[in-house]
Amino acid sequence: MDALILSRIQFGANISFHILFPTITIALGWVLLFFKLRYSATGEDRWMDAYRFWVKIFALSFAMGVVSGITMSFQFGTNWPGFMETVGNIAGPLLAYEVLTAFFLEAVFLGIMLFGFSKVPGWLHTLATFLVAFGTTMSAFWILALNSWMHTPAGYEMRDGVAYATDWFAVIFNPSFPYRLSHMLLASGLTVSFLVAGLSALRLLMGDRSEVAATGLRVGAVLAAVLIPVQIFMGDQHGLNTLEHQPAKVAAMEGNWDTGSHVPMLLFAIPDEETRSNRFEIGIPNMASIILEHSPSGIVPGLNDYYAEDGTPLHPPVGKVFWSFRVMVGTGMLMLALSWFSVWFLSRRDAVTGERWHIDRLPRIALYGFVAMTFSGWVATLAGWLTTEIGRQPWLVTGVLTTEAAVADVPAPMVLTTLIAYLAVYAALLVIYIGTLTYLCGKAARGERLPERKRADGAPFQGKANPAATPAE
Amino acid sequence: MMTLFGDPQVWLPFTFATLMGIAILVYVVLDGFDLGVGVLFPFADDREKDRMIASIGPFWDANETWLVLAIGLLLVAFPAAHGTILTALYLPVAAMLIGLILRGVAFEYRVKAPPKWKSTWNWIFWGGSMLAALSQGFMLGMYIMGLEWTIWTVGFALLTSVFLTVGYSFIGAAWLIIKTDGLLQEKAVSWARGGIWGLVLGLGAISLASPLISARIFDKWFSMPQVLMLAPLPLLSLGLLAIIWVTLRRLPSANDSRAWVPFACGTGLFILAFCGMAYSFYPYVVPEKLTLYEAASAPEALIIILAGTVFVLPMIALYTTLAYYIFRGKATELSYE
Repeated sequence: MDALILSRIQFGANISFHILFPTITIALGWVLLFFKLRYSATGEDRWMDAYRFWVKIFALSFAMGVVSGITMSFQFGTNWPGFMETVGNIAGPLLAYEVLTAFFLEAVFLGIMLFGFSKVPGWLHTLATFLVAFGTTMSAFWILALNSWMHTPAGYEMRDGVAYATDWFAVIFNPSFPYRLSHMLLASGLTVSFLVAGLSALRLLMGDRSEVAATGLRVGAVLAAVLIPVQIFMGDQHGLNTLEHQPAKVAAMEGNWDTGSHVPMLLFAIPDEETRSNRFEIGIPNMASIILEHSPSGIVPGLNDYYAEDGTPLHPPVGKVFWSFRVMVGTGMLMLALSWFSVWFLSRRDAVTGERWHIDRLPRIALYGFVAMTFSGWVATLAGWLTTEIGRQPWLVTGVLTTEAAVADVPAPMVLTTLIAYLAVYAALLVIYIGTLTYLCGKAARGERLPERKRADGAPFQGKANPAATPAE
Repeated sequence: MMTLFGDPQVWLPFTFATLMGIAILVYVVLDGFDLGVGVLFPFADDREKDRMIASIGPFWDANETWLVLAIGLLLVAFPAAHGTILTALYLPVAAMLIGLILRGVAFEYRVKAPPKWKSTWNWIFWGGSMLAALSQGFMLGMYIMGLEWTIWTVGFALLTSVFLTVGYSFIGAAWLIIKTDGLLQEKAVSWARGGIWGLVLGLGAISLASPLISARIFDKWFSMPQVLMLAPLPLLSLGLLAIIWVTLRRLPSANDSRAWVPFACGTGLFILAFCGMAYSFYPYVVPEKLTLYEAASAPEALIIILAGTVFVLPMIALYTTLAYYIFRGKATELSYE
């Protein structure tokens, strides 16, 4: 294998590993703020207990995100120097603003949020929680502005092969940015809904009768049920935007070879780039035309339009895009089914007590469902990113720079060495991360105290400790 | 000179080189102390380890962000240099990153994973800190050697990697002198007495090697009248070393006065060393190959970053200070059930 493909695998592995954790922290920050504000408003311990449990998972995820993010910032230079040399004048300021307005804000206030509870007034702790959530979202804003610009560049001109910004507003709010940002923020919301619901369901199944687990399941299920239809709508809008600006990507997502009307929506197919056709096609007639153009006679672009005269494909790899898109949509459908099913059960009034939202109303199968789908947000998010990023190939920046032209002149064996090292570390950390989450759930379910920071002078925390917990010492 | 600096092609790259220098310096001092604390980990017992972590826990993340800022400024302001330097240092960069990953997650896992794993995570924290510190020292050495890979340059870089790691252990120990008391503070004083040699040897090695490797640097330092104007740099360094030396012999003191002196003087030494290096290498950003003016991005791009930086950097300084103020005083001991 050459340095290009190795560098792509390495960058793909790095950024895939990295995005798992911001996907959690972006929305979990806001969920924590919600818990903290509910506690301030009601004074109910369950909200602060929920905060205490989830802030640990936030800290863990944040640390994983930070360390893999630092790696990302170096990879531009170590593996893709051509990227900055060509579009550095655009990418540079966007990255710089991310560091300046987001990274420091998150990092500094995270310290106060995690360890400052007993040292600062309540309002400052709440403010710190807000600023961390705000910082993670700002970070998403800037990095998605850059990523969207790479898909749909705007507001620039090329001089001597180098991009120069002509209109910064157009650069940031480039055509695909509003769609991509909303799609990603909703994906983060859904990932966290299912993480919160899933781990809470796990605690319930482990026999946890605390309010934290029940509250977590309710919050997670309701949030998921609310967000998923919005996400499906937003995803559709994003798809229409892609059709306008990157038709070859849509052709690959649909597995459509010939431009034309009455194109079916394929549920299953094995696209074959050799023969330029699909094998084992199963589809719903006219559906792709209807979804994309709102009419059976709507014209859907075909892959055959994207070949150079010498036969070199100018479209992205079809099979990968086709299948990652289906994994994303399929996961979304499962999310819709489980969350609506559960909320329907939860929201029914109990015939005897007249109570609603009691966790015992939920069939046990739903608890298992939530446990199984704890990390479904990761699956959908990664599949979505693979769709859009592979869908941009062979371009790194659409129409401006090919991926091949940006790669570093580093010997392939050297890239292979670091690739193996990164993969080994990431695989181990992923196992440890999931293992630790499970361990923390089990510990909480047994009513044991979670590791808590305590003052040496024995001064108690403000607020009460977990009532289910045994008193310290 | 003034007219030259009226030209944005000149003053913008210079400003960004200065900003990048400040970011690197702040990183070296701030992450230096928390990496140093990691380097010192095996010398402490389990209770002391918890206190050492408590002394850096709220800060390490923000400290590492300065590395992202420094590398980010290199990336955005001097993209050509960023590519050249990072591809030349490909392997040590990867080693440093893996070190930073391991120690970063160890902060969390050593208390959140099952207790039986805690000592493993302590070792990973040490190993990651060592790997990060050693690779940074190695990269420093390679940079001074002009990014050429030969047996001699690698040998020199191996020396600087050890010196910088020991130097970090000094600044880490100096931090612990401020943040701890009792037996741990006494230990920290003795660690600092050992660690100071890392700074002495490191400064010596760099001061000797830089002018020997490059005639240009030799001339910049050892011709008249520069040699007189630059004399304060080495003299001040010697003065600071003497103050540290004397203070360490008198610490820990009864009312904890002067506990801050080793850290402050250590920071002073890092600043002086950095100024010396900056003077040696200016105007090159890739030694002897690429000046910062040649490597700079377009002024349009730089000015828009500068606008944000001028506004945001003071705010960052302000809330970073707030965080250090909130977590001032002795690090409180941690208690895990």
